[in-house]
Amino acid sequence: MKITADEAAKMAALAQIKMNEREAAEYTGELNSIMAYIDRIKVLDTDDIQPTIYVLPLQNVWREDEVQPCLSNEQALANAAETEAGMYLVPRVIE
Amino acid sequence: MLEQLTVAEALEKLAAREISAQELTAAACKRIDEVEGTIKAFVTLTKEQALAAAARVDAKLQAGEEIGSLAGVPMALKDNICTKGIRTTCSSTMLQDFVPPYSAAVYEHLKNAGSILVGKTNLDEFAMGSSTENSAFFTTRNPWDTERVPGGSSGGSAAAVAAGEVLFALGSDTGGSIRQPASFCGVVGMKPTYGRISRYGVVAFASSLDQVGPLTKDVRDCALVMNAIARHDPRDATSANTETPDYTKFLDGHVKGLKIGVPKEYFMEGMDPGVAAAVRKGIELLVSLGAEAEEISLPHTEYSIPVYYVIAPAEAASNFARFDGVVYGYRADTDSLEEMYLQTRGQGFAPEVKRRLLLGTYVLSAGCYEEYYLKALKVRTLIKEDFVKAFTKYDLLVTPTTPYTAFPVGAVKDPVKMYHNDICTIAASMAGLPAISIPCGLVEGLPVGMQLIGNHFAEGTILRAAYAYEQNSEWSTQKTELYRKLREGGRKHE
Repeated sequence: MKITADEAAKMAALAQIKMNEREAAEYTGELNSIMAYIDRIKVLDTDDIQPTIYVLPLQNVWREDEVQPCLSNEQALANAAETEAGMYLVPRVIE
Repeated sequence: MLEQLTVAEALEKLAAREISAQELTAAACKRIDEVEGTIKAFVTLTKEQALAAAARVDAKLQAGEEIGSLAGVPMALKDNICTKGIRTTCSSTMLQDFVPPYSAAVYEHLKNAGSILVGKTNLDEFAMGSSTENSAFFTTRNPWDTERVPGGSSGGSAAAVAAGEVLFALGSDTGGSIRQPASFCGVVGMKPTYGRISRYGVVAFASSLDQVGPLTKDVRDCALVMNAIARHDPRDATSANTETPDYTKFLDGHVKGLKIGVPKEYFMEGMDPGVAAAVRKGIELLVSLGAEAEEISLPHTEYSIPVYYVIAPAEAASNFARFDGVVYGYRADTDSLEEMYLQTRGQGFAPEVKRRLLLGTYVLSAGCYEEYYLKALKVRTLIKEDFVKAFTKYDLLVTPTTPYTAFPVGAVKDPVKMYHNDICTIAASMAGLPAISIPCGLVEGLPVGMQLIGNHFAEGTILRAAYAYEQNSEWSTQKTELYRKLREGGRKHE
């Protein structure tokens, strides 16, 4: 499958990555060469094969719903670009 | 020559009071001063904290108090392992000022064992790469030849150990990121079984593949570090709740009757014939010690890289949604929220990360999910089944770690070519198997790595064979050559 520059731009929008036209063109070419390589897996017949998501036979891990020590408000905010009144601050969404 | 000590030797000297933890840490810092200008293994150095921690170990030793299993041993952590209060950057603009409010489980374990952190090492941004050239900050150099890459993504950790800047380091391995740099830098690097080591506090790349492991000067040190970090952790839901043996118990040199499979697909066309010869010679040595080796086939090997470049980017695309400029990390200065997300991620990530996020988004998108993502998960099953079948008959598989030795900085520009670096390491990652890379010789003055792959949780079997090999190989004399070269190189740069 060939990825077009429009599709690459759509992926960039879905992945929330700003890209200019020059970048989009560059990535389109690279993605296509990577996809051509990936397309090799298509020759395999996998109709009766189960997918492997995790390699170990893990069951769901349960625990009691108990309060555990956690980060303080100050600690949780310490790495944020902008904060106000103990909350994360982002550019205005509603006028 | 304290930088030449192994962890085991340093522990002996510390116990015998021949050296103090402060002397050892000061020696590591001095060594860093000597070579770091050339090697550039570290993103952040923590010398002051390290010397203070060493003083605390010495005080305990003086008072006859109980000390941990690695007390006083200077080490480094790959900079995607969270260290409370110490900057953790993932070698990315996105996290260049990130100071974690908590520590990774592996760092807690090493601290409890008394080991001393002297710094955080360079990597390919977010562990995506095979040379450290994708670091947003700088490229680390290979101590064997500083015009060459140390491999990656744990290139900083491998180079720091090889250059004697620390006694050991931790790296992380998603498709080969511990084993490949270990091979390029002539050190021992182990990727344990998926689930053996807690991933708590390790910045996620591809969650079904990521695993932390040690980079050390020899196999005994690998066992010692594994003893300190391998344990169940309820904070990582994929952590395996199985007994962890004392790995040093396996270092008995006995490989008599050990059944080794040698997969023919790993000796591929186009590989460096010197590398193939060195690995074959390594296998012969194990056979001469009583092991039995046979050629086998793992027919789906060639699909492991294509499958990896579907699964790992898909998982990354999901994991990396967290880097949005709000809770932590870089934020672009814009007026609207939407534009803030777009610019933050556009400016905060370097090209290789963006490439993989686009790829991951693509293979998960409507219309591609079944054709690529689901298909890849099914091929992953086929790759895994190759190994399941092999391990019904063999105890261990032996292969090259990489098809060639370290390449010059800037030599590999094409992404697909760069991805080929992991041709020998990715399949084991896909199957969650433990594997080690140990040095098995030099080709034109550059180290070659031999990979030993074991069954799930059979790290002991791997260490047993690796140790037997190491005890009987010529590696120790070749290592001396590195230190000679480095001393000359060090003088040149003073």
